[in-house]
Amino acid sequence: MVEKPPFMKAKIIVTPKKTVFDPQGKTVQHALESMGFRGIKEVRVGKFIEVELKGGSPAALKKKMDEACHKLLSNPVIEDYTFTIK
Amino acid sequence: MKFGIIQFPGSNCDQDCHHVLEGVFGQPTRYVWHKDTTLGDVDCVVVPGGFSYGDYLRTGAIARFSPAMKAVAAHAKAGGLVIGICNGFQILCEAHLLPGALIRNKNLKFICEQTEIRVETTDSPFTNAAKKGQILRVPIAHGEGNYFAEPGVIDQLKREDRILVRYVNNPNGSVDNIAGICNEGRNVFGLMPHPERASEAILGSEDGRVIFESILASQSVAS
Repeated sequence: MVEKPPFMKAKIIVTPKKTVFDPQGKTVQHALESMGFRGIKEVRVGKFIEVELKGGSPAALKKKMDEACHKLLSNPVIEDYTFTIK
Repeated sequence: MKFGIIQFPGSNCDQDCHHVLEGVFGQPTRYVWHKDTTLGDVDCVVVPGGFSYGDYLRTGAIARFSPAMKAVAAHAKAGGLVIGICNGFQILCEAHLLPGALIRNKNLKFICEQTEIRVETTDSPFTNAAKKGQILRVPIAHGEGNYFAEPGVIDQLKREDRILVRYVNNPNGSVDNIAGICNEGRNVFGLMPHPERASEAILGSEDGRVIFESILASQSVAS
């Protein structure tokens, strides 16, 4: 039997929605291009958030994390999010 | 008329608002600490500008969950007046008391300058003392004042005459030049410009006074 690790970690990525103009991404793209980086289609700048969890059933944790992302960690009006829990 | 100004850690326009409401307009004004669960005897709530909770995560994102904001939401639901200025506008959007969100200025710069805004409707407790089309010189000071909402929401705001003020020269990339909007019940108003910084001649403009005069006039109509 595989022993469960005592802690789990949620890794959350928040990015600006496609419909939202991302001036930061645009500026980073221009900087990359001016340093000679070719072939960029688009750059979007978002956030990476790590949450350490004390464990629990994967389904329950996923549900809780989804709520956290929806209510606080991202603003669904302007941002999308994805996360993994391991 | 009794005013209550919410104070978060990082609020920095709270005392300016207090000065204007009590010092200039002579209205009884109290502070409400962010941990307070009740507002007390207050007719109009001011959610002031600043950098509540250091703007951590997103502007207004943390403030929204403070106990005082629950009381503000209840006050708004009961029809009480709420005005959010700058960071206050951002907080009201995060709290879903107003639609949309304020994102980074299009040019990525923090903009601190005098701007001109146009009063688009006088059908609100916040603009009733102004004239439709009146131009107000009121300063802005923000890095995230770029108003965004999906096209369907913008259409609804227009249809329901809820865009109370627009920029004459859009400084930050806001959709449809929006500087301030109200909620469906027209009792919650958020705007990025600072009327409290334009309410005394010594500060270079008194144009912001009309917003507070409207609020005071709205009560005399109601009562």
